[in-house]
Amino acid sequence: MKKETWKELTIGTINLDAGNSVKNLTGTWRSGKKPQFIEEKCIQCFFCWLYCPHSAILVERDEVKGINYDYCTGCGMCSVECPTKEKAIIMVKEEAKLAEGGAE
Amino acid sequence: MSTLKTLNGNQSIAEAVRQIDPDVVAAYPITPSTAIVETIAKFKADGLITSEFVCPESEHSAMSVCIGASSAGGRVMTATGSQGLALMWEMLYIAAGLRLPIVAAIANRALSAPINIHGDHSDTMGARDSGWIQIYSENCQEAYDNFIQAFRIGEDLKVRTPVFVGLDGFIISHSLEVIQVEDDAKVKKFVGEYKPVYPLLDTSRKMTVGPIDFTDYYFEHKRNQIEGIENAPPVIEAVGKEFGQKFGREYGFFEEYRMDDAELCIVVMSSAAGTCKDAIDELRSDGKRIGLLKPRVFRPFPHEKIAEALKKMKAVAVFDRSSSPGAFGAPLFTEVRSALYDHKERPHIVNYVYGLGGRDIKVEHFKEVALKLEKIAETGKVEEIYGYINLRE
Ligand code: SF4
Ligand code: SF4
Repeated sequence: MKKETWKELTIGTINLDAGNSVKNLTGTWRSGKKPQFIEEKCIQCFFCWLYCPHSAILVERDEVKGINYDYCTGCGMCSVECPTKEKAIIMVKEEAKLAEGGAE
Repeated sequence: MSTLKTLNGNQSIAEAVRQIDPDVVAAYPITPSTAIVETIAKFKADGLITSEFVCPESEHSAMSVCIGASSAGGRVMTATGSQGLALMWEMLYIAAGLRLPIVAAIANRALSAPINIHGDHSDTMGARDSGWIQIYSENCQEAYDNFIQAFRIGEDLKVRTPVFVGLDGFIISHSLEVIQVEDDAKVKKFVGEYKPVYPLLDTSRKMTVGPIDFTDYYFEHKRNQIEGIENAPPVIEAVGKEFGQKFGREYGFFEEYRMDDAELCIVVMSSAAGTCKDAIDELRSDGKRIGLLKPRVFRPFPHEKIAEALKKMKAVAVFDRSSSPGAFGAPLFTEVRSALYDHKERPHIVNYVYGLGGRDIKVEHFKEVALKLEKIAETGKVEEIYGYINLRE
């Protein structure tokens, strides 16, 4: 993503491209761990969806369906908050990789 | 019609507010600026202004309301001083960072502790790096004139930066003076219609105001902000000239008083400059070649022009009505001294802190310093670079 020089920026920090945070792939911040969704253990309580600080829980037709790894930072909050006895979200190892894009 | 009115500094500001009739006034009263807010409230109650008048629960909220209203697209003003300005602190940086041309009248007052309600410049000098333009007034007339010009300066499309207009607490805010109040319609015309850029109330545009910046954008946005205040000097100059053409009182970055053939100079801002003029007159009639330089604009600091005006002097004394504990001199001194550094010929320059917490400064004090300057010019020796005036030692 090409970054503007100070002269190219709109004054007063105004962002005329509102909603452009979707271009900020926070998934690139993940290092070492990622959440894994185990559908058959899920009771659809939506706690993970509620707590995820990056709106990275995928929901389809009113059901939690998995993780959007473009934005998931691997913080693990979903797994901690998941209330089932055998967690429906577990944190697994991930090879750290330097991805393109997003914030520096 | 232009009329003479007997007003104190606070009423002079309120009178300008009545004439400009901004969209929003949000203020929390604090001594010595209370009468500004009080008088505006009365104007509102009497139907003399159409401004939305907001009384929030603190100065922090007052500045927050100003930021919201200005972002929405309104012309906005407030008034405060001392602890009130201190409570606004974090919001001051936000107003400047968002490039909102809010105008704030500051009845300059000392900061606690110890608590004190009298005039000094600790409040605005403390905020000197907040990104606001700073203009200081010697008397009620200047407070009125500066306040009117502040809107034109801050709202200029190249500048778009908030402005403080300082008037010394009590000495100016509460002293009656006969001032020339210009015609309502002429003042309105001079200030002109406010044209907001990117107003939030323009719902046809999708935008975000004040988003978070990480390490990749903050620096560029800050540099972009600095450009606004750096664009201000030609605007300040043009507005000051035009004010002179329209109303007969022209303004620049500073006033030079009896500086023509001066070898010695006293640099002092605001109300004390009036006292200093009397001292200069007396010294001149004793044959001393001494003049006064009274800075009006402190931010942006007119470093080139001040250096040009002072470089030929033999000795200069800079008077500061605030202190900068632990620094090499008080704020005005460090600016003036630094401005002169690049000149091969430059005067000896000393600093005196005076008038903290409203301590009086008299003609005799300036005359004492004039003697010291004379000695420095004669001997080329500076015994103390940094001292205090009218302090029990
Ligand atoms: S690990 Fe964190 S960011 Fe990723 S889905 Fe879970 S809560 Fe969201
Ligand atoms: S918190 Fe656990 S059980 Fe609840 S919806 Fe998310 S994955 Fe399913």
